[in-house]
Amino acid sequence: MSDWLPRIRRALWLVIWAAMALAGGVLLFRQYDAAPPPAASDIPFGGHFTLIDRHGQPFTDAKLKGRPFAIFFGYTRCPDVCPTSLNRMAQLRTQLGADGNKFDIVFVSVDPDHDSPQTVGAYVDLFGTPIIGLTGSTAQIAEITKAYHLYVAKVPQADGDFTIDHTAAIFLMGRNGEFVAMIDHQEDQNMALAKLRQLVGA
Amino acid sequence: MTKNFSRLTLATLLTIPAIVQAAPTRHVTIEQPWARETAEGQAAGGGFMTIVNTARQSDQLLSASAPVAREVQIHTMSMDGGVMRMRHLPEGVTVPAKGRLDLKPGGLHIMFIGLKEPLRRGTHVPVTLNFKNAGTMTVDFSVQPITAALPMGHGQ
Repeated sequence: MSDWLPRIRRALWLVIWAAMALAGGVLLFRQYDAAPPPAASDIPFGGHFTLIDRHGQPFTDAKLKGRPFAIFFGYTRCPDVCPTSLNRMAQLRTQLGADGNKFDIVFVSVDPDHDSPQTVGAYVDLFGTPIIGLTGSTAQIAEITKAYHLYVAKVPQADGDFTIDHTAAIFLMGRNGEFVAMIDHQEDQNMALAKLRQLVGA
Repeated sequence: MTKNFSRLTLATLLTIPAIVQAAPTRHVTIEQPWARETAEGQAAGGGFMTIVNTARQSDQLLSASAPVAREVQIHTMSMDGGVMRMRHLPEGVTVPAKGRLDLKPGGLHIMFIGLKEPLRRGTHVPVTLNFKNAGTMTVDFSVQPITAALPMGHGQ
């Protein structure tokens, strides 16, 4: 009778510990579950946005209506992926021949701290084909980041500056601003060309 | 005979300083140094090169500087699940013994940070590279159009 109570007490503690461990595990799992960026194909990319054009004027998604467009996000300090992707779009436009002018190319700088609207304009001019260069306030960038489900993260450096991790896909959007297809940065050029042909209805 | 001997001595004496001077730093050479052109107002730009190390020990590119930029940093870039990531390498990069290290698009590069003027295509910018063993050397980086994946004449 005397060693009965401690045994029950021990058993109760065991149950409590087990419950706490389980709850902790569930919480951790949920956090982990929430972390990765959405990748499901049923998520509609695109939507309303307001940004700033090279002249410092507001530029909304409505200005792109009526023509398909290819939109890419980056920053001018980006070492490779941004120039490579914009070069690629310029090449694809040439490969499309007469259909090459049936769509717009849009570059959005997600780094308004370093890229002024004028700088973005001067940057896109280097590629030798018409490209609409845009940027915006932090809030405006946040809005379009959300609309396109982009991964954009400032990474602080020891010197006080920062780099930006960002999604490197090219989004192909229809004439009504609807999502049509995506060109991955590693995608084969012929595949990319086929997608663009589909986009412009060639 | 005496004349021949003194000629030989003179020739030997003349050769020695040349060897002594060349020996310590020429284990590292730079091939194809080039930079991407930048637009007016652009804060930073990238530079690329191949570092060739003929020494029996590895070497390290510790730092770099250039008059055209406030600072030159050594960076790496990688793609991770469709996301572009760029990182500063404050310790620099190691060049293997009797080997080469490529700083090329898609990976390692130097970043000209705080550009005082745009990098204009067709021009050259001097960059001073500081190696742990090979010491300091200044190399002219050729500025290429942004549309170039590799420097002119070196396309794959």
